[in-house]
Amino acid sequence: MSETVIKCESVYKIFGQNAKKMLEEANGKVDAKTFQEKGCIVGVNNASFEVAKGEMLVVMGLSGSGKSTLLRCISRLTDATGGKIFIEGQDLLELNNKELIELRRSKMGMVFQSFALLPHKTVVENIAFPLQIKGTNTDDSINRAMEMVKLVGLDGRENYFPRELSGGQQQRVGIARSLAVEPDIWFLDEPFSALDPLIRKEMQDEFLRLQEKLQKTIMFITHDFDEALKLADRIAIMKDGIIEQLDTPANIVLNPATEYVRKFTEEVPREKVLIIEDVMDASSKDNLGDLKVSKDEIIENVAEKILTQEKLVGVVDSNNNIVGSIKPSKIIDTVFGGRKNGS
Amino acid sequence: MQYLKKYPKLFQWLFLLIVFFSLCFAIEVPETYKFIRGQAEFVKDPNQSVYFFLGKEVRYYAFDVFWRLPPLLGWLPIWINDSLFFLMNEWMPMEFWNEDTQEFKTRPLLLQISRNLTAFMTFLIELIREILLGGLETIVAFTSWDFIDAYPWLELPGLPWTIVAAGAAILSYKLSGKGLALFAGLTMIYISIFGQWKPSMQTLSFILVAAPLSFIFGLGLGIAAYKSKRVEKALYPILLVMQTMPQYAVLVPALVLFGVGDHAAVIITMVVAVPPMILLTILGLRAIPPEVIEAGRMSGCTNWQLMLKVLIPTARRDILIGVNQVIMVCFSMAVISAFIGAKGLGFNLLLALNQLNIGLALEAGLCISLIAILLDKMSLAWANKQTDYFGNLTFFQRNKNTIFFAASVLIGIVLAYIGTFIFKGSFNYLFEVPHNKGISTADFWNKGVDWIFDTFFVYIKAFNTWLIVDVLQPMRALYLRMPAVATLVLAVGAGYLIGGIRSALVVAALTLFIALSPWWDRALVTLYMATFGVIVSCLIGFTVGTLCFQNKKSAAFMLGVCDIFQTFPSFVYLIPVMMLFGITDTSVLIAVIVYATIPATRYTIEGLRSVPVGLHEAATMSGVNKFQRLTKIEFPLAFPHMMLGLNQTIVFALFMVIIGAFIGTEDLGQYILKALSDKNGAGIGLTLGICVAFIGLIFDNLIRTWVGKRKKHLGID
Repeated sequence: MSETVIKCESVYKIFGQNAKKMLEEANGKVDAKTFQEKGCIVGVNNASFEVAKGEMLVVMGLSGSGKSTLLRCISRLTDATGGKIFIEGQDLLELNNKELIELRRSKMGMVFQSFALLPHKTVVENIAFPLQIKGTNTDDSINRAMEMVKLVGLDGRENYFPRELSGGQQQRVGIARSLAVEPDIWFLDEPFSALDPLIRKEMQDEFLRLQEKLQKTIMFITHDFDEALKLADRIAIMKDGIIEQLDTPANIVLNPATEYVRKFTEEVPREKVLIIEDVMDASSKDNLGDLKVSKDEIIENVAEKILTQEKLVGVVDSNNNIVGSIKPSKIIDTVFGGRKNGS
Repeated sequence: MQYLKKYPKLFQWLFLLIVFFSLCFAIEVPETYKFIRGQAEFVKDPNQSVYFFLGKEVRYYAFDVFWRLPPLLGWLPIWINDSLFFLMNEWMPMEFWNEDTQEFKTRPLLLQISRNLTAFMTFLIELIREILLGGLETIVAFTSWDFIDAYPWLELPGLPWTIVAAGAAILSYKLSGKGLALFAGLTMIYISIFGQWKPSMQTLSFILVAAPLSFIFGLGLGIAAYKSKRVEKALYPILLVMQTMPQYAVLVPALVLFGVGDHAAVIITMVVAVPPMILLTILGLRAIPPEVIEAGRMSGCTNWQLMLKVLIPTARRDILIGVNQVIMVCFSMAVISAFIGAKGLGFNLLLALNQLNIGLALEAGLCISLIAILLDKMSLAWANKQTDYFGNLTFFQRNKNTIFFAASVLIGIVLAYIGTFIFKGSFNYLFEVPHNKGISTADFWNKGVDWIFDTFFVYIKAFNTWLIVDVLQPMRALYLRMPAVATLVLAVGAGYLIGGIRSALVVAALTLFIALSPWWDRALVTLYMATFGVIVSCLIGFTVGTLCFQNKKSAAFMLGVCDIFQTFPSFVYLIPVMMLFGITDTSVLIAVIVYATIPATRYTIEGLRSVPVGLHEAATMSGVNKFQRLTKIEFPLAFPHMMLGLNQTIVFALFMVIIGAFIGTEDLGQYILKALSDKNGAGIGLTLGICVAFIGLIFDNLIRTWVGKRKKHLGID
């Protein structure tokens, strides 16, 4: 699990002429305002992080925060101005065009906000497209594409054209296409943002189901904080090209690093996000009552039970070993208290 | 005063018009001025003034500078001519190996290139021609006459018309379905039994070379311009001029460079057909959403794959419009290039028109139009074709088209063989119906024309006289009455009011070029005919468009009619008007009006259609009636697009006015036509063409600038 797949070391992306020279002169201290005065726009500012195998990193930020630019640097759709990016230990920026194409053909898949389907190809042709580009023969690629059609639940519509499908269905095609070559790394650029709320929720659940099965390494871009909380293993919150905080959803909700992050967390219903483990007291394991709860339960699901107890409630792991305890009053603190003082 | 503040633009325009008219009245017509004499006719006359420039002698009739500017650019045609001559005959002589004489020969580089290019084109055309019509030359090209003498059976027999007809129908069926197959079959049968087979196949072989080559070059250059800003900047001015350059005008330099014949026609067709293809390719590629390109890249496309499998198919819509344009231009040129010796239907059409045999002209014209429509529809169907991966087909089903074609080849050959027995000693009609030996309805049409003439002569004559005497002559006189300086002031002022300094400068430069050329008077005549045509076309087009828009079905129907009319080669429009009005200015003007009404109608409907539905609903909820909705909402919003239609209408009208020279006009077109038969005509033809192109560009610049501003103001796209 801990093998690093994507690694970024102080990645910069600056748009404009002479960007590279200006970055060198700035000596690692890039200030968006001074750059803007000289006609350059800072897209990504000193981003460093790692993504482990099978992990889902959600990059969250409002429009213009540089999240899509960051993703495009890592998929090398644009070249980063400075810094290093490693994909499974390979230095991405050192790859020549041929190696880059090979990497994309074998390891990367990407889903786009506007679906980006080829209008002249049917559903099955769209999905088979990356395979055919690779040189797979028609029969094999179509067979494989048909498997993908079933996986995303579009059976019976394989001969439709994209224009004949609804938004949700189009994005299913986009997802199937990105998975057709069985990539290890999966980039999703606001895949559900263009969809209606109900469809969006359905697609998110479907996406989680898929990920449980496939266990890809994922970078997921969104501007929706709730979506980030729901899907992420870890969340990176970006503002003006800078990663403000990168942490697990629970830690972000419990300990927002900056004022900007705190604003997002204010309205978040904690009982829906946090699990027992996040709020338990791991040091006291004595004087427990009869009730035991699992440490992986979401607070909302067990709050009622815990609140009826007077004694400490024991917290157990999956092997039924006691790992800590929780006071009923702690639940009340978490749900209501946290919002006011922000700790 | 308060009106002045409220409508500042209106008063600026009024001021401009007042200045213009006062200049017109202030500047007297010189007593020596006569239109017919023109300014520089290159004939010596003691009343002419002379000046020398770069060793070239320019003679002209001098007038007051305010009335007509002296032709300071009069040396340009002579100079172009001399440079062309120099390039072709003296520039960079080199040693070239001559196959026939087996020795090295010294030849100028350009001449050699031109000879090789024409040889290549001739070979391509001959190859296709011989497959369709039979012949020897391709085999001779690969072997020798001696070889053929030894093996006389090698002569290609050509395909019987039955096989080509069946082939066309089967191909159409495969591409699109029964409807097109029926159309293809009927077209081919019509061509054949009316005895137009040979000229049609000659024209077709010409098109089958010119259209694909134009498509490839246009697409390639379009892609190059899309990829590199520098290429685009270099191409742009040429594209602009070529868009408004009349097709006659490019014929003349082609004569000098490539000589006379089909090969020259192919090259010149490419020169005309490639620019719109380039423009539409760039337009289509630019409109691709960036995410689609990224999706292609992330699928691991190489640059080639990205271009061929993602970019071009995604930009398909615009590229197809380009193909449509290419085909249109090719057929249009197939007729016009008959002037420089291209064989085929165009030649027959011109011959028939020259002999005033309207019936024959009509048949040839119909043939060209039918083939044009057929090729247009087939190329469209081909681009939209899709494969079915899941059909579990038997061998027969998969190959049924091939089998049917093989069967029809067999049957065709058998029929042709049987024909040799039936039609012993005469023409074998089952093999090929010779030219002028088929059924002909020409007599019927000619009699019909005569009948119309006899019956309605009085009315037609009265209408004709009225139009010429009461409308056209006064209008022409008014245009010719405009002093050069006043016209310049009007044009520059309009440019300034619409687009500021930049536009004013561009318009000034274009106008000055025409004013300083020796043909200002002729340009005014061209302008008057185009103006008359445009005004009537717009009135008809805007009215018909608005009426048809009221109903979805009629709008779609009208757009379809426009599509078909647009496919007709421009020359064909001259046939029916000559039927009715004979050889007069009225004929030309009516052809202009019919031709130019197409874009006016089309853009009106498209403009009205593009008004957002939300606005319709908002208007309906505000309680407007149909008429109010039209005047208050739809017209103001659709107006910019309709103005683009006006732009196209002007270009179409100019084209037709120039083509009308064939019937006999007194404008720039007539001079271009004259230059065609002048051995020193290349420079004159080209300069005249540029003059016409510049007239178009003046309006193009003004209208586009205005539309751009207006659209920005309204917040449309």
